[in-house]
Formats: sequence, C-alpha cells, structure tokens
Amino acid sequence: MTTMSMVQAINSALDCSMARDPGVLVMGQDVGYFGGVFRCTEGLYDKYGAHRALDTPIAEGGIVAAAIGMGVNGLRPVVEMQFADYIYPAIDQIISELARLRHRSGGEFWAPVVVRAPSGGGIRGGQTHSQSPEGIFTHVCGLKTVMPSNPYDAKGLLISAIEDDDPVMFFEPKRIYNGPFYGHNNSHGGPSTWATHADGEVPEGHYTVPLGKARVVREGRDVTVLAYGTMVHVAEAAIAHSGVDAELLDLRTLLPLDVESVAASVQKTGRCVVVHEATRTSGYGAELVAEVQETCFWHLRAPVERVTGWDTPYPHAFEWEYFPSRERISEALKRAVACD
Amino acid sequence: MNSSVSSTDAAPVAYASKLHVPRASSRPGEPPDFQSLMIPAAGAQDKPAFDVAPAATAELAHGLVRVLDDDGAAVGPWAPALSPARLRDGLRHMLHVRAYDDRMFRMQRQGKLSFYMKCTGEEAVAVAQAMALDAGDMLFPTYRQQGLLFVRGRPLVDMMCHCISNAGDNLKGRQMPVFYSWKEGNFFSISGNLATQYSQAVGWAMASAYKGEDHIASAWVGDGSTAEADVHNAMLFASTYKAPVLLNVVNNQWAISTPQSFASTGTTFAARGLGFNIPSVRVDGNDFLAVYAVTEWAAARARNGHGPTFVELLTYRVAGHSTSDNPDGYRASDEAAAWPLGDPVARLKQHLILLGEWSEQQHAELEEELKASVAADWKAAIALGTLEEGPHWPVASMFEDVFKEMPAYLKRQQAIVEERA
Repeated sequence: MTTMSMVQAINSALDCSMARDPGVLVMGQDVGYFGGVFRCTEGLYDKYGAHRALDTPIAEGGIVAAAIGMGVNGLRPVVEMQFADYIYPAIDQIISELARLRHRSGGEFWAPVVVRAPSGGGIRGGQTHSQSPEGIFTHVCGLKTVMPSNPYDAKGLLISAIEDDDPVMFFEPKRIYNGPFYGHNNSHGGPSTWATHADGEVPEGHYTVPLGKARVVREGRDVTVLAYGTMVHVAEAAIAHSGVDAELLDLRTLLPLDVESVAASVQKTGRCVVVHEATRTSGYGAELVAEVQETCFWHLRAPVERVTGWDTPYPHAFEWEYFPSRERISEALKRAVACD
Repeated sequence: MNSSVSSTDAAPVAYASKLHVPRASSRPGEPPDFQSLMIPAAGAQDKPAFDVAPAATAELAHGLVRVLDDDGAAVGPWAPALSPARLRDGLRHMLHVRAYDDRMFRMQRQGKLSFYMKCTGEEAVAVAQAMALDAGDMLFPTYRQQGLLFVRGRPLVDMMCHCISNAGDNLKGRQMPVFYSWKEGNFFSISGNLATQYSQAVGWAMASAYKGEDHIASAWVGDGSTAEADVHNAMLFASTYKAPVLLNVVNNQWAISTPQSFASTGTTFAARGLGFNIPSVRVDGNDFLAVYAVTEWAAARARNGHGPTFVELLTYRVAGHSTSDNPDGYRASDEAAAWPLGDPVARLKQHLILLGEWSEQQHAELEEELKASVAADWKAAIALGTLEEGPHWPVASMFEDVFKEMPAYLKRQQAIVEERA
C-alpha cells in the first residue's frame, strides 16, 4: 500500500493494465508525450512508447471512432476526452455506434472501449470546464457509466472498466483529483489531501472494484443520502453539519445501478435525499428518485428530495451559488427528518 | 415592445439574395445535363509507383482512370491482368446482385419485407473491389455495397433471412433490412448513421498496423455523406497515422433528392484527399477493370506500408434511393439513360464478348439461371419464417447483447415481456 492522489491512482490503473495486456493503449489529446493536461497519463509514453500512449488530433468524434475500430480489431483502447464538456462531438459515435454495436450485430461485433473524461465543477471552470453530463449517458442503453469519488475506487473501478467487455463511460471529478473537497472553502469536514485520507491508501499492484456496486460511506438511521463523485464528500460534510444521523451511499456506478443497496438503505431509513452537481431537470437524480419511489414506496416517510445544480449553464462568477453546498444539502436533510 | 408586427399593411419586401445554391444535373421535365463531367479517354491516365507522393496524384484526383474503351477493349497502363475466368466471375457476381436486388425490390412491393435498397448501376464498385481485396481485409460498407457479400460467398438465404427478420436472421430481428453484418466474412455491421463506419475503419486499420499485421481495411461512403464530420475525421486520422486503409467515395450523383453538387464544392471528391496529403484517384465506377485495378493498387500500397489511398468511384444511382423513395419527384426520369459512363454489366459483357470469352446466348442463359436460383433461395428463406407470420427469434432475445452479461434490471424487464408473450 502507498498513498496516491486520484490522478496517481488513475495513472497506476492505466500502468497496471498496460503492463498486463499489450492490447491496452491510451489515446487522446496531449495524453502521450506530455502526459495529459491533468497528468493522468504521465510516464506512460516513456514506459510504453508513442504507439501505446497515443497523442491524437483534436477531434473527439475521430478519437472515439478510431477506438471503436481498434476495439473491433481486438484492442482495448482507453480514450481520454480532455474535459467532459467537450465530449459532444463524439456523441454520435458513442450513442449510435459504441453503445449499440454488440446488440445491432447480434453479438458479432463489439468494442471494449473506456471513455475517460474529467467532469464536474468547483474549480472556477465556467461553462465548458465544469459540466456533469453523466445523465446523458445513463440514458443510453449499452453503456456502463462510472464515477469514482476517491483514489482507491478510482484505480479499482478503472481497472474493472478496462477489463470489462462492454463500453464504459468513466467520469473523473477533477475537483477531487488532488484532494477531497467538502464544499466552497474546503475548511470543513476532514482531511484536505488524499495523503491523509483513508481512501488515499492504494495498493500498488492489480486489484479491482466491481462495477455495479455502491459503497456505504457512513451508516445512519434517519435518512439515506445518494451521492457520487465530489458530492460524496460535500454530503459527508453536510451530514456532520446538520447533526442528522444520515446513511451516505456512494453509488460509484450509475449504470447498472446497485438498486439492492439503494433500496435496502432507504427501506431502513424511510427517507432519501439525492445529491448531484448536474442540472436538475431530467438529470440522473430523477432516475434515482423514480427508482426509490418504485422500490421503497411503502417505507417512505418524507418526499424524496434532490439537491442539484440549477437548471442553468454552469456560471463562472456565481460558482458557489450554483454548486450544491454543504448548507443546501444540510437543509434538505433537516427537512427530510422533520417530515413525519 | 420588441415586435415584428408592422402597424401598416405594406407587403414585406423580399430580400435580394446573393446566396449561391448549387443546381442539379436535372429536375423533372428538364433534359439531363452531364456537360460538366470531363470524361477522358480510356487509358489516358498514368499509373504511378506504389510510393507515389500525394501531390503527384493531382492529375489522377482530377481526371478519371478508365480501362475499357467504347469498343470494350482494355487499354492503357491501368488494365489489370485478369484471366477470362476471373472476368466471368465478376460478371456473374454483378448479375447475381442485380437479380437479387430485382427480386427483393418486388418482394418489398408485395409487403414481404418492410424496406429495401438497390444498388442498380453501382454493381461494379462492390464486386470489383471485393475481388481485388484479400479475404482477411476488413470491409466497412454502407448500405449500398451488397456486392461485397456476394464475392465473399455469403449465402443469399442468410441475407434474405436478415431482410425478413425471421428465425434465421443472424441479427435476431433487431435491424432494418439491408443492414447486414457478417463477422465470418469480415463484413462490418452496417449502421443507419451515415459515415460513422468510415472513421471506425481507420481505427481498425490503425490496430492492424499496431499489431504488426498485414490486413487492411476498406471503407465506403456516398457522395452525400462526405459532408459528415466523420469523413473529415477519417481522412485526418488515416493521414496522420498512415493507416493501411482504402477510403472510397461512391459518387452516384444523388443523396436521396440532393445532387452531389451540394457536397462536392464544384471540384472532384477525390481532390479532397490531396488536402489531407493522401494519394487520391478518381475512377470510372462503371468500368469493372478500372475499379479492380485502382483497388488492387491502393490495397498493395496499404499492405506495403505506404498508408491510405482516397478513391472516388464515379457512377450513377439508377434506381430510387430506397423503396421509400420516388426519384421522379426530383430528377428527370430519363437521366440514367443519359449517364455517359453507361452500365457496368453491359460494359464488362461487351469486353468479354470482344475477347471471344462470352456470348449473348451465354449471357441470357446466365441471367435465367441466376433468376431461378434467387427465386429458389427466396423460397428457402421464407420457409424459415416470414416477417409477418414468423417464426422470429424469441421476443426475450430483444434483451440480449445490450451488454455481454444481462444486468438484473434488464432481466426484470425481460421477465415482464416473457410473461406477456
């Protein structure tokens, strides 16, 4: 075991996977010689060469298309979209091709492509460096969608994603690349670097965290909080701030969703608050609310709440009015437990 | 108030538009106009070395590689060394495709299948190209290269079963007719989304190079679909990584109702390859020998590490776009007859007869034989199930192959469907 940041954990996952399988290669803008704008692919070029840490032209659709063709031809490409905000030129290749290939060809052709994309806000990234588009992809049949919240999970989930024969959308919350984040000024909650956080302890070798399994971050009796990515830590801070005995679930994989863990928790607590950075309307939270309503209706003692980004483009100046805050989550927790 | 409603009753003044809008080669009631097509004589183009510099192919990209002259003789440096037996194979495949198209079109009109697309007039493209490629080369077709399947030996019964979505459909009833997939024949799954496969082919070729293999990829796109961003991506990636791939543009003049002039920008499609520093060739798509020769040349280039070739195949879409289309609504009904490059079947037939290797009688007999065999294949296909009556794949199979392993939530949905079935 050693301590790693999330960036180092992702780098380690790629390194382990490339060492084990010559068919694994990473490709994207600036991922090769330079090692990636967030350093996630640092050192891979020197270790595995220009052919396996492959710099590409700035063409998201071309990158994903090439990866699909490589996947069909027996490789396991791990593609990087520099920001999730710039994934849209590749949407046709992802939705119409990558996701459907196995099904439309009767199982004849498939492409085990992982699409990595730094996502989420909290970094003064404005409109096009802050988005959380995961809900677009959970709506697509044939894709798995994953978002880790810490270094240990990031490495284990990414190795699982690379070894999975289905395409995986792997969203990395860039706000917590180098340390956990508990809200606006990051002064409340817990350790401020991964080096002093329990989940910053990461095995150096190969291990996996299964796709499709949530994790109970904190056990509690009174309300269930469903979160993922950066919001796991903000929710943790909000629980402490509110004094409510909440149970916090880090979903880790959004599709396929760990319905059993969600239902077991909400059936125990009778209350549920869903938290995500993405905009509210038709966001992934709506699916969670519907799932909870269907599986836990007779156990619910309060309306299921959503604390999310507002239904506006992500702002620059008003970042902390937009980003779901410790206080907004805390208020939702108090409203939930006050309802009886 | 920000209102466009005027308080007066004055008629709005039309804009004096300066916008250029391309014209069609004909519209209903107009005489066809192919005057702007420059048709050089057969044999006029040089055949460069495999390692030709892209810029040195400018004449090939703006000209037209032709082998068969007006008398049906093979002339010039591009004439391929094909035995009469191979030529007869090519003719047979083209006639077979035509017989298949004819039968399937009529069956669609009788409601036996929901949809069909013919490739009438374009048979030489897929047939000659498939014959010039190796069996291990991966094909990334559009929906109008069914000839590839004929050359690679796909049973027609299987193709028909796909088109009628019966229990024998290898795609399990999931896709519309003609969106074939055939892994055994290295024929990639056809997608409804245009041009997407073009850039995937480049990735496949990159992987082949990465693995140190000699297999190449060949991709097709139509003239209209060259406008898609995937085509730009494909050309750029192919050139950047010198991928062993053939990038073919089948310029059949029409994208449903839209003339090729809406995508060609007034030059040849082949010329576009020069800007990407890819050797580029324009070929008479109705000349079986020329198509074969250019494909063989491009494949050898790719296989020997010289990278991609961009090929425009000049042809004409004789039939409607699909069974859902009536071309009389947007082009002169006699336009196909005015097409200056003629018919690919007739031209190869003329060549073989000139060689003394074929006759009108043999031709007529072959047409009858193929018509009968296609009819027999149709009977064999519908014996395995029809579109309306079945048997189809079990309805529960709808939930398979979304993922490799079926997740619990899909199993729950599957159980609901099975219970209701």
